[in-house]
Amino acid sequence: MDKGHMSARDLEAKARVLRRHVITMTAAAGSGHPGGSLSSADIVAALFFRVLRHRPAEPGWPDRDRFVLSKAHAAPLLYAALAETGYLPTSELCTLRKLDSRLQGHPDVTCTPGVELTCGSLGQGLSFGIGVALAGRLDGRKYRVCVLLGDGECNEGQVWEAAMSAAHYKMDNLVAIVDHNKIQLDGWNRDIMNLEPLAEKWRAFGWHAIETDGHSLVSVLGAFEEAETVRMKPTVIVAHTVKGKGVSFMENNPDFHGKAPTADQAAQALKELA
Amino acid sequence: MKVREQASTREAYGKTLAALGRELPDLVVLDADLSKSTMTKYFAAEFPDRFFQCGIAEQNMMGIAAGLAASGKTAVASTFAVFATGRCFDQLRMSISQPRLNVKVVATHGGITVGEDGLSHHSIEDLALACALPGFSVVVPADDVETTQVISLVCTTDGPFYVRLGRGKVPRLFDSDYRVMHGRAVTLRQGVDATIVATGLMTAKAIEAAESLSGQGIECRVLHVPWLKPLDEEAVVQAATETGAIVTAEEHLQHGGLGSRVAQVVARSRPVPMDFIAIKDTYAQSGTPDELLERYGLTGGDIERAVKSTIQRKKAA
Repeated sequence: MDKGHMSARDLEAKARVLRRHVITMTAAAGSGHPGGSLSSADIVAALFFRVLRHRPAEPGWPDRDRFVLSKAHAAPLLYAALAETGYLPTSELCTLRKLDSRLQGHPDVTCTPGVELTCGSLGQGLSFGIGVALAGRLDGRKYRVCVLLGDGECNEGQVWEAAMSAAHYKMDNLVAIVDHNKIQLDGWNRDIMNLEPLAEKWRAFGWHAIETDGHSLVSVLGAFEEAETVRMKPTVIVAHTVKGKGVSFMENNPDFHGKAPTADQAAQALKELA
Repeated sequence: MKVREQASTREAYGKTLAALGRELPDLVVLDADLSKSTMTKYFAAEFPDRFFQCGIAEQNMMGIAAGLAASGKTAVASTFAVFATGRCFDQLRMSISQPRLNVKVVATHGGITVGEDGLSHHSIEDLALACALPGFSVVVPADDVETTQVISLVCTTDGPFYVRLGRGKVPRLFDSDYRVMHGRAVTLRQGVDATIVATGLMTAKAIEAAESLSGQGIECRVLHVPWLKPLDEEAVVQAATETGAIVTAEEHLQHGGLGSRVAQVVARSRPVPMDFIAIKDTYAQSGTPDELLERYGLTGGDIERAVKSTIQRKKAA
């Protein structure tokens, strides 16, 4: 695969495929996090099918671009992308969260090809990404590290420790993406713990911050291209998204942060995502 | 106890790390603004490109160490023991222990002999926390000689390690032909009346107590256990079998450290009367190291008293 060349329109179609998988997987599992998986689907489609240089047949390729899912509850989406690119068979997707499955509730590096770190306790992925990026620089490798965070995740102090250090170390081979869907488990960010102005905060920490429509593949691709031109500082893409995007009864609904659709709801959702 | 030279384990650590840096090109070191205290400063001065100062941000440091290790480096991360385990336990758990990454957490200033800084900088629970990480080996060297060997072993053996060193100088117990082995305890003194099982600086106290007891007709085995994980169960069971009474000694809470781990093995395999020289469920305070060891029951005298009463229980059984 190395680097993909899919058009924005084809990426939109891929994102729909990923969304359908998220619905069927979480319905089959009876649990999981559809809302935050759906909001990130366009970003992840762009990454896996166009932006990242990677080899599904060789997950350990030392020069691969790394993708770290720090908002690890979006595991269903990651597994869907790994299946659609060929790291796993799509037939395995329905084993999500089952005993002995390679598809654990939150990604587990020890059992799933294509997963870079076991995450789930929020706030840890960016630090890890910095370590990987520093190793790349030490070794003279050209790979890039992309870390996807949630907006609620930015409540965690470790995110800001990491942000401070990434700027200190001038990590221009590191890109963070914040899936800014404005909602976390207990409700809207603004009611739980106000994050705004979010992009400004990252800028204040020394990052190049790009705000983008997280559901426009053209904009998302443009943001990643811009990130590649930035030198001497890391880049964050604050992607404005809709939690539950693509499924009418899940959109902007905090209830579907961590609740799987029932069989009926799944059927309805799949119709909308057809 | 014969007069032994006092030497610093953290100096031994710092110097050994720099020497290893010359031999191991993939060795990288991280610190959290304590480099002048942990002695990673020597490595930092010689290999600035491979030293990552993380500032006072231990959670981030452990994550960065994990990322470096996942990318082929041997990552050594240092700070004080209380911060290394307390502040970033979840990061050790998720980013290092579970994935079994090649990160060596070398924590200095363990125990209460940190002294005057007071309880916030003491560590009475780090061994319990480190032992609660399934992926980690946990080791507490007794002196500078053992520290040098442990650091070399740890940096050349794959997987997560937690190494706990103290702040102060300690008596040198081992000489140049001593060889540390992963997971092995060392019998430093033979005896049949009881065994004192000790780790870290309490091993010297154990020897002191054994020599004093010998003058009173009681012959103690001294089993030095640097490795709390993996624990040398065979040596522990043998001591229980052959001496029938065990007193453990550690500069740590009585919960979850050496005493707990030894007791589990003994209770399961060869139950004998036991006692535990450790800190009894309290934080300490500011004081000199010796004052604190005295106040919190961690002296050779405390070990002696415990041995005598445990032998009484053995006889009564």
